Amino acid sequence: GIDSRPDPFRHFRGLQKGFCVGVLPDGVDRNSDAFSSNSIAMEGILSELRSHIKKVLAEGGEEAVKRNRSRNKLLPRERIDRLLDPGSSFLELSQLAGHELYEEPLPSGGIITGIGPIHGHLCMFMANDPTVKGGTYYPITIKKHLRAQEIAARCRLPCIYLVDSGGAFLPKQAEVFPDKENFGRVFYNESVMSSEGIPQIAIVLGSCTAGGAYIPAMADESVMVKGNGTIFLAGPPLVKAATGEEVSAEDLGGATVHCNVSGVSDYFAQDELHGLAIGRNIVKNLHMAAKKGMEGTFGSTNVEHKEPLYDVNELRSIAPVDHKQQFDVRSIIARIVDGSEFDEFKKLYGTTLVTGFARIYGKTVGIIGNNGILFNESALKGAHFIELCSQRKIPLVFLQNITGFMVGSRAEANGIAKSGAKMVMAVSCAKVPKITIITGASFGAGNYAMCGRAYSPDFMFMWPNARIGIMGGAQAAGVLSQIERATKKRQGIKWTEGEEEAFKKKTVDAYEREANPYFSTARLWDDGVIDPSDTRKVLGLCLSAASNRPLEDTRFGVFRM
Amino acid sequence: SSGATIKPRERCIEKILVANRGEIACRIMRTAKRLGIQTVSVYSDADRDSLHVKSADEAVRIGPPPARLSYLSGATIMEAAARTGAQAIHPGYGFLSESSDFAQLCEDSGLTFIGPPASAIRDMGDKSASKRIMGAAGVPLVPGYHGHDQDIDHMKSEAEKIGYPIIIKPTHGGGGKGMRIVQSGKDFADSFLGAQREAAASFGVNTILLEKYITQPRHIEVQIFGDKHGNVLHLYERDCSVQRRHQKIIEEAPAPNISEKFRANLGQAAVSAAQAVGYYNAGTVEFIVDTESDQFYFMEMNTRLQVEHPVTEMIVGQDLVEWQIRVANGELLPISQSEVPMSGHAFEARIYAENVPKGFLPATGVLNHYRPVAVSSSVRVETGVEQGDTVSMHYDPMIAKLVVWGGNRGEALVKLKDCLSNFQVAGVPTNINFLQKLASHKEFAAGNVETHFIEHHKSDLFADESNPAAAEVAYKAVKHSAALVAACVSSIEHSDWNENNHGKLASIWYSHPPFRVHHEAKQTIELEWENESDRNELNLISLGLIYQPDGSYLIQEGNDSPSLEVRVTRTGKCDFRVEAAGLSMNVTVATYLKDGYKHIHIWHGSEHNQFMQKVGMEFTEDEEGVQHRTSSESSSHPPGTIVAPMAGLVVKVLVENEAKVEQGQPVLVLEAMKMEHVMKAPSSGTIEGLKVEAGQQVSDGSALFRIKG
Repeated sequence: GIDSRPDPFRHFRGLQKGFCVGVLPDGVDRNSDAFSSNSIAMEGILSELRSHIKKVLAEGGEEAVKRNRSRNKLLPRERIDRLLDPGSSFLELSQLAGHELYEEPLPSGGIITGIGPIHGHLCMFMANDPTVKGGTYYPITIKKHLRAQEIAARCRLPCIYLVDSGGAFLPKQAEVFPDKENFGRVFYNESVMSSEGIPQIAIVLGSCTAGGAYIPAMADESVMVKGNGTIFLAGPPLVKAATGEEVSAEDLGGATVHCNVSGVSDYFAQDELHGLAIGRNIVKNLHMAAKKGMEGTFGSTNVEHKEPLYDVNELRSIAPVDHKQQFDVRSIIARIVDGSEFDEFKKLYGTTLVTGFARIYGKTVGIIGNNGILFNESALKGAHFIELCSQRKIPLVFLQNITGFMVGSRAEANGIAKSGAKMVMAVSCAKVPKITIITGASFGAGNYAMCGRAYSPDFMFMWPNARIGIMGGAQAAGVLSQIERATKKRQGIKWTEGEEEAFKKKTVDAYEREANPYFSTARLWDDGVIDPSDTRKVLGLCLSAASNRPLEDTRFGVFRM
Repeated sequence: SSGATIKPRERCIEKILVANRGEIACRIMRTAKRLGIQTVSVYSDADRDSLHVKSADEAVRIGPPPARLSYLSGATIMEAAARTGAQAIHPGYGFLSESSDFAQLCEDSGLTFIGPPASAIRDMGDKSASKRIMGAAGVPLVPGYHGHDQDIDHMKSEAEKIGYPIIIKPTHGGGGKGMRIVQSGKDFADSFLGAQREAAASFGVNTILLEKYITQPRHIEVQIFGDKHGNVLHLYERDCSVQRRHQKIIEEAPAPNISEKFRANLGQAAVSAAQAVGYYNAGTVEFIVDTESDQFYFMEMNTRLQVEHPVTEMIVGQDLVEWQIRVANGELLPISQSEVPMSGHAFEARIYAENVPKGFLPATGVLNHYRPVAVSSSVRVETGVEQGDTVSMHYDPMIAKLVVWGGNRGEALVKLKDCLSNFQVAGVPTNINFLQKLASHKEFAAGNVETHFIEHHKSDLFADESNPAAAEVAYKAVKHSAALVAACVSSIEHSDWNENNHGKLASIWYSHPPFRVHHEAKQTIELEWENESDRNELNLISLGLIYQPDGSYLIQEGNDSPSLEVRVTRTGKCDFRVEAAGLSMNVTVATYLKDGYKHIHIWHGSEHNQFMQKVGMEFTEDEEGVQHRTSSESSSHPPGTIVAPMAGLVVKVLVENEAKVEQGQPVLVLEAMKMEHVMKAPSSGTIEGLKVEAGQQVSDGSALFRIKG
């Protein structure tokens, strides 16, 4: 007869064939058409990205940079480089903020923000770019500044303000001054963070006029550079107009006045380098050890970590350029996690959502990735997995490539809205660090359930091939044209096929433009566009920064059953 | 003479007290240990943690740092010997080694003095007396005046009889101290008085002798050895012609370019000299050789083991300290004259802490990095210091003696040059670069040495600022070094941070290359080149360092120079294998902090350069009105200010405030390491701000006076 007992060596058979438990296979067919066409398409996309980056790295342009140098001033990125520990990394945020947002170019939105270490303490840097519109605050400048403060507050990162700004951009005062998330919020945040014991440090390297004056004034400690740094509520022209007093900028609000007489500033710096060195010293003396340092509190960190088995650069060829193209998200996971080891949870259930545990630079994470549209089961599985990670305080990484939830009568009848709501509830309430990477599509409620911007992921980045929107352009055009046709019909107006096509094209074009990652990143719907091959690095840095805060318990709301 | 039948004394030396410090103390103890003899060191408070103390079985404190209160205090040393039960005292060189009183004191106390009889020290110690004895023994002498009548006018007339140029020397002591060369009658009085003063300070006796000054001389000396049974032999000669400030810096054995006959005559004369004073133990007879006439004259006899004795040991294959101990034990010399072997050629280079461009003035400081070359059967390093030790102002600033041996002079010279380029010292200025230039000079290679060698070839030996082409080439090499420094320093910083965060998630912020979003990380590194030849000129080199994805660096100096690709592998704490533009080599980089600067030394190939880097100004200096720190202390003094070129004692102030002086007129006399340094008026004018007085200690770089012209 046939021996029906299970083969006691069945697990080892797998090993012999070269599959270890939990180790993902390569999963990429390098000879496939998709691989080569994606590679070629991504090359074009990346070269476009680089040309955008090149422009913003040139800051305010040759003339402005030259003028800046003639004042013995460094550029904001150089200032940050001098503050950072030598040879350390810097995670710059939203480099392309303000991209084609206004009539005039506003490289990086006029402010450089990002995270890096000083004397081993991770800090949030916010550096005005004086070569861009005199460092004045456009609406997007404020948004970017506030976003940096939000991250700092959440990750409990000391804030370093490198101030060199003419204050609010007056022509747009209505968009920068009065509202809740406007200029005033910067000082509000400074105060609140200070009250929470998150150090606020200002280094005044240029002018700090009007509202800008409050940045150093609200700081815990501030440094001023002789000659270049000035702080005043009103500059010499306004003073003359208001009171008739004639006074030089230096005498009105220079470092000497503020360090010796007014006490608005605490440290007098002979020059910019000296000022930056004092800034480093301030951080050295923060004694953050008492408030838990950079060492992670979430999960455990392995002493040694393995690199992925497969080339991270291949993510450039895996990234789908055509969103209708299907690919296995595991081939991304295999290239970003330690040793390509991924222990999958509920592998056989709700297979359009991939969930499982892995480590990134030794740090345990829960990964949620899309492998197609979300069905009932996939949403339930997602909610379950998020609950699991929240309970165990494991950070979550969302790999978004989602065109949406399943629609149709069967799905509705199965309660897709209920299942979707469970996942959205779980995502909303989970207090563990959440990091979202949009690797392809990010449409509709899929964006919500997969921790889109509205769900306050600690960090969110887009690949340059990604698209984001309420729905795809074609679908939107279809919906809108149906409505339009009905309207026209009611009004008895004839709508030719050509007219309809033109109408549809207009909609598709608009959606395409607005779904573009540059449109998104320009408006700060994300924290930046990254090269797919940098994904592992960026995730590691984000995890490290997000692990800076103390543990919090998650409490979920009412799950509709 | 008499005999093979004589047995050694029954009571052999079992414990030696070494009445010295530094390398010679270590060297003596090394032989003693090999012979199974126990060792006792003595030390002043300045030397409590010195190598010679650590190397000894026992060590006795003998007093405060000044030598006259410690190493020159015979009575205290005798007490130390009594306390530790040492039966013999080895005086080394310097200090009490040529004190007949001390030798006598030992003999009287029943201790063995490892050296010549007190009578011989006395005879040879008085230079006038020694010359009379030598003259009587038929040893050739330089024409001169060695009389007792020390009256200045009488001396001056004697000087005229000999004929200028003449040389003035103290009758006691040696080592060039108190010596003066007088070119003409008008300088006689000043030099005479200075020599008297220095002699009194150094040796306690101020008598002076005069001699004809030989313009193109060589300094050749003969190592002799005698036993207590009347046997004397010589161990060939050493050429010690290459000198600065009348002190030897490179010695060699045998002397180059002399005939066998000359060598034999010289040896015989030395043996006769020793026999004339009943000499035993180690001694050296110094001759001056007139290269124009090939005549040699007796100069003096050093009644001790010399600093440069290792070059002789290297060519004869004997341990002279062992011989000293055997002779002190009453044994016969181990071999006879005809059995003295001679093999190959040896050089000794003396590595000093000194300021070569400031006229070889002694320097002090901490040896922040000290890595002598590896020793072997043909390379010896005699040293008394270790990394972290201080070269203090109390004693001789010699750091080490480098001794090399080769099958012939050419081979030895190759080895010497190689060893010098690998001998690493950082923290105090040294003469190593200078020794390298000296050893590489073609006239030196040809053996054309003479005592004015340095002066005659100074345009080759010192950086010539007037030659822009050469300066350009040199500066280009410096810039290349700076680029390597930038890469290595970056690599050190990186791995230090990484080590601190090892195993923590935080370490990913310190990965290499550092991460940037969509661009390569760039670092600006500003280095100030510490030019040995001109310390006041700022040579700021600004380097842009780009981290490439493959871990290498792209380094650019300025904006339009081509960038250099550098790849660094750290192989040790300060050691690197560096590949720059396809050329791979070993590089050592040593850094230390001092005065708010990071000092960085780099060695690669035969290059050694040093740089300073502002340490991010992480010192507090945040008050308005405080002068920003500049690299040159002196720039904070008003123009025309004369600063002390070294730390030292003001021994004499020759003019008063408001006095009018001529250019070159001596204003005051400083003394450091028992060497006098006359501070002269750099221009004619009125003296102002002169606040120092005789007896006052001044520090390096402090203001002495101003000239208002």
